[in-house]
Amino acid sequence: MRKKREIKNELRWQMPSLSVNEGLARAMVAAFCAQANPTATEIADIKCAVSEAVTNCTVHAYRDAVGEIRITARLLGDADGGTSVEVEIKDKGCGIPDVACARQPLYTTDAEGERSGMGFTVMESFTDRMRVRSRVGKGTTVVLTKKLNGRQMDY
Amino acid sequence: MIKTNHALRAEMREGVLYVALEGEIDHHSAVATRGEIDRLIYEKRPRRLELELSRIGFMDSSGLGLVMGRYALMRDLGGEITVLNPSPAILRIFKLAGMDRLIPFEVRREASEAEKKTEEGSDRT
Repeated sequence: MRKKREIKNELRWQMPSLSVNEGLARAMVAAFCAQANPTATEIADIKCAVSEAVTNCTVHAYRDAVGEIRITARLLGDADGGTSVEVEIKDKGCGIPDVACARQPLYTTDAEGERSGMGFTVMESFTDRMRVRSRVGKGTTVVLTKKLNGRQMDY
Repeated sequence: MIKTNHALRAEMREGVLYVALEGEIDHHSAVATRGEIDRLIYEKRPRRLELELSRIGFMDSSGLGLVMGRYALMRDLGGEITVLNPSPAILRIFKLAGMDRLIPFEVRREASEAEKKTEEGSDRT
């Protein structure tokens, strides 16, 4: 059992799975992370990962319908005194039958829609940890964690 | 300069269709951008499509689908595609998918300088 980390700050919201909200979600997470003084690269990485997760909700989880996406962003105090950001993206959509398969690079169920099949790969590559829980017919929760080493060391 | 309905600039010169994209490429914006570029490709029938990315501040994997789809279309029409001036962050996403081995990427200083002159001071990234 991992030791619970201190929650320094938390932001929770919900939004309909409209594609226009992909940009809003990543902008909100970027603004929330700003107080931890992250580098431009750290912000760019977490924005990209969040964008992928929200896009999965709009494109796959709810397909031709509009459903609810719940997002929780937390700034966590690490044991070494640093800060990490944890973003949970949760939907009540169709769910993923085989998560291990879906996480494979270039795997997509939406070939004609010009999807690259790289969503989970991007999330995994641009964060330190990605957890995916899914149940068919119930929904999917993606939790992304990234260490924000910040700009303090630059001065 | 070709008139377009979307946030992109396009020029046709000696069989080369130059398209400069602006803003952010995600699933939401990619649909309209795709339609606009394809309309220009079918209308102008270029032998090469040049996609200028220097003014793209954000791109996720939807951009891979967009570029890959245009690569396939140009190939089907007997043409080719070149991606110009991607930022290091954008290039990293292309490399994750191995697309840097399939599609030529070029850094052209002149193109990005010309961009700066026309849109001075409006760079938010």
